[in-house]
Amino acid sequence: MTARPNEPERYYNYAYLDEQTKRMIRRAILKALAIPGYQAPFGSREMPVPYGWGTGGIQLTAAIIGPDDVYKCIDQGADDTTNAVSIRRFFAQVADVATTEDTGEATIIQTRHRIPEKGLTEGQVLIFQVPQPEPLRGLEARETETRAMHAYEEYGLQYVSLYESVSTHGYIASTVGYPTMIEERYLMSPSPIPKFDNPKMGDNPAILLFGAGREKRIYAVPPYTNVRSLDFEDHPFETQTWEEDCALCGATESYLDEVVLDDSGDRMFVCSDSNFCADRRAAGHAGPMAGHQLAALDKEPA
Amino acid sequence: MDAVVMTKPRASGMTQVAPLLRVTDLTKSYGHVVGCRNVSFELRPGEVVGIVGESGSGKTTLLNAISGKLPPTAGKVEFDTSRFGLTDIYGLNEPDRRRMQREEWGFVHQNPRDGLRMRVSGGANVAEPLMNIGDRHYGRMRAATIAWLDRVELDTRRIDDKPRNFSGGMQQRIQVARNLIHGPRLVFMDEPTGGLDVSVQARLLDLLRELVRDLNLAVIIVTHDMAVARLMADRLLVMKSGFVVETGLTDQVLDDPQHPYTQLLVSSVLQI
Repeated sequence: MTARPNEPERYYNYAYLDEQTKRMIRRAILKALAIPGYQAPFGSREMPVPYGWGTGGIQLTAAIIGPDDVYKCIDQGADDTTNAVSIRRFFAQVADVATTEDTGEATIIQTRHRIPEKGLTEGQVLIFQVPQPEPLRGLEARETETRAMHAYEEYGLQYVSLYESVSTHGYIASTVGYPTMIEERYLMSPSPIPKFDNPKMGDNPAILLFGAGREKRIYAVPPYTNVRSLDFEDHPFETQTWEEDCALCGATESYLDEVVLDDSGDRMFVCSDSNFCADRRAAGHAGPMAGHQLAALDKEPA
Repeated sequence: MDAVVMTKPRASGMTQVAPLLRVTDLTKSYGHVVGCRNVSFELRPGEVVGIVGESGSGKTTLLNAISGKLPPTAGKVEFDTSRFGLTDIYGLNEPDRRRMQREEWGFVHQNPRDGLRMRVSGGANVAEPLMNIGDRHYGRMRAATIAWLDRVELDTRRIDDKPRNFSGGMQQRIQVARNLIHGPRLVFMDEPTGGLDVSVQARLLDLLRELVRDLNLAVIIVTHDMAVARLMADRLLVMKSGFVVETGLTDQVLDDPQHPYTQLLVSSVLQI
């Protein structure tokens, strides 16, 4: 790469945040990695997007990204949603990095609501945007109390929510943000990913980082960490299943979104991971509705 | 009172049982305001002690200090823990103390809203102590919950209703079930029948008395209601201005009060 005329300036306060802030966030990340599942506090900064749009994830990305990284951003599994496109363009501009939609090619993947279908590899970092890092918050409003519960490993309360679910529905009905135990020590909210993705967190070769901007917490699952989804002895953990296959690529083992097509009841089920679906179609797989106009929206809109 | 009077027949050879709880010179002051001062007493397994006195006499301060919620200014609270034997509860580290409170104690609040989780069902409220001590089998906990709701005379079909859909007396019954399901050895009760109308109060008292006798529970009950004290307690501590002014068997204290304040208290009870 030829040196640009503004080469020195490029790396001054690189990637939006100032150097001290990135240093502070990196220290929090190291602490979070050292204590898997522990919510490390950090001084969350104002970001150019509102809380709830991924400020925690953006700060994590800004703290670890470098010019040689390849950045991918997904929202609900898709690369082409408004939020994902905006954040990807933001880092293309402020960090001068290459961007991609290819899961395998990316070194940093920022995500909301999904873990990519394609297995991650060593060296990749998956960054989650987290609205509420405290899994016990819905049952215990006091931060002092939840901190004590984490410190002393008092996690009976989390089972109350599972108990409620079983007594209401006959099975554990919660599907997103399904609570997990990390290395049999810390209870961790996996952020609002579907419980379908929970098993992917265990023994994952990639680094999983979670950032909650509004709540000012960072937590992490280091590579090859034990992750267990909570359950009862007589109501074991199960993931969602679908009777349909993906209508576009025919995938049988991916997480499917239901898309309503018209007001006469027609609908289709498609992979929520748009890159996974497009790859399969490019490789010649076809579902019952292959060639549908939705399939044309593979690439980022210009 | 120098010797602790046993109020229930014991098996032969067990005339002197080790105390379950021993409170020694307990003092709690809020700055220069005295909450309670130099309170000492012992509690044996299966014994019910009532703390009576007027508002502001330090009953609740004493109860909170004994139950580990309010560290005292001076004095000791020793409990016969299953893991460490007779130990000063404020000498234990916090996780051990919380575990002991979770496993061996119950606390029935005056207002069920303080003792229940209002956002989860009555059934889950009752089952929570089981989960807190490590039960992870839904069917087993469900069965225990139903058995306990039945035992406190609640309609078991309403097990999944939220506490707010129950009446005040029913909420109090849920709270009682929640505090007994895990088999505690000592239960604290802070005005358990306060705020209930007299017929509901009478039935709840009847139930509490039966459960306490059946389970051989040790209970410390705070009340300003002499009738509750008479029905529930084996022994009474009468408090005034932070001091325990008189102790003794309930019937003895109520029928033949010695201290002027106790005489006033007993003579103040309204007759119908």
